[in-house]
Amino acid sequence: MAVELYLDLFSQPCRSVFMFAKKNNIPFEFKKVSLMDGEHYGDDFGKISIIRKVPALRDGDFCLSESIAIMVYLAEKFQTPDFWYPADLQQRARVNEYLSWQHTAIRMQGSKMFWLRLMIPKMIGMEVPKEKMDGALEDLNNSLNLIEEKFLQDRPFIVGDRMSLADLVAIVEIMQPLGAGLDVFDGRPRLSSWRDRVRTFIGEELFDEAHQNILGAQEGLKQIDPSKLELFKPKILRLFL
Amino acid sequence: MELYLDLLSPPCRAVYLFAEALKIPFEFKLVDLFAGQQYSEEFGKLSAVKKVPVLKEGDFVLTECTAILEYLVQKCSVADHWFPADLQQRARVSEYLSWQHLNLRFNCSKVFLLRTVYPFLMGSEVPKEKMDAAVEDMKQSLNLLEDKFLQNKPFIIGNKISLADLAAIVEIMQPLETGVDGFQGRPKLMAWRDRVKKELGEKLYDKTHEVVLNSSGLQQKMQNNSELLKLKPSLLKYFR
Repeated sequence: MAVELYLDLFSQPCRSVFMFAKKNNIPFEFKKVSLMDGEHYGDDFGKISIIRKVPALRDGDFCLSESIAIMVYLAEKFQTPDFWYPADLQQRARVNEYLSWQHTAIRMQGSKMFWLRLMIPKMIGMEVPKEKMDGALEDLNNSLNLIEEKFLQDRPFIVGDRMSLADLVAIVEIMQPLGAGLDVFDGRPRLSSWRDRVRTFIGEELFDEAHQNILGAQEGLKQIDPSKLELFKPKILRLFL
Repeated sequence: MELYLDLLSPPCRAVYLFAEALKIPFEFKLVDLFAGQQYSEEFGKLSAVKKVPVLKEGDFVLTECTAILEYLVQKCSVADHWFPADLQQRARVSEYLSWQHLNLRFNCSKVFLLRTVYPFLMGSEVPKEKMDAAVEDMKQSLNLLEDKFLQNKPFIIGNKISLADLAAIVEIMQPLETGVDGFQGRPKLMAWRDRVKKELGEKLYDKTHEVVLNSSGLQQKMQNNSELLKLKPSLLKYFR
């Protein structure tokens, strides 16, 4: 039985897992979990993961959540090339360092920007207060600055000459605000050329396929029935408290 | 090896507990957070992120508690159960260490910061609605810790303690002194806490948590510190 990957490509960590599995020719069954339709709250998905988040993996009886844990599991199981998660002590530590830092930095801020710019206005029918938006943009910019100045510096990729899980996890988060019409690469030539290298390394077709949904989000949301977004109300309120 | 730490910080406690329990030799370098030392120029040269913990070994500088713990595990050949070689067991530890950043860690820290730093910054107590929401979020995380990660096992991955238990316990301890007891009404968690304490060594555990359990002096410390007062505007971002 092939590995099952429960994914929605609107979700950044799902995109990392998707690209990693495809790039490494890991056989898997794509199980779509539509977040917009609330499928992650359904009984079926609840059996896979009570955390009710994507991505999730099922390998026989073994169920696993969290994109980083999933990718490291797949890397080990399918013996992917060393550069993804180097065996070298210090190189691996550098990858781990990025993977840890990013949760409460770029991941949180890129997501927040997507919600503040696109999802919330769609739901409540008005723009988010300027002060809130400015604060979120400042936080996002601070993270992008750190990515450039501490994690990337003058290197082609975060850990050196080859791509690693760090770059894969970084790129999907940085792409998220683009879905809401905010071009974070604008005015950042170093980040832009890194993005181009990552896209080339992964394969342009695969990269674009993974990002099709998110980059079409603005259009896609125009068609959506606003009542569907009721599901997300609690999350929205949290962002404002 | 140098470890830059403030035991007020949960991730610092996790690193400290691990190094001490496994008798890994290191030099303790204090970075006093509530005195604003993480914002000093000197510390900034060590780490642009301006956070603790930080590990320094020769030219190699490493931040992020989970990265530091995994580095120490690999380097120091510790007992397998801390970070098992078995693929699925290791995945369970990684799963917890990943999940906790935006869940248990985030929510326990938020409660702590709202109780201690918010009044200092804003000059008033936290609005009830905000506090209640934070406590509710912490409760949800504790529910998941019990129902998904621990279940009926002695420790998160089974019969033995691992990095996951270490990362979890230090976070729950954080808001304790401020009056939010994550263990209250949760006998399963209390029993797990006692097992973790025993594995690490009770004396070591208590010594490590001394600072955070005596946080009543923190407000005064912040008020007395002119450097920290200057930083007020940039600290506000934690509450937006």
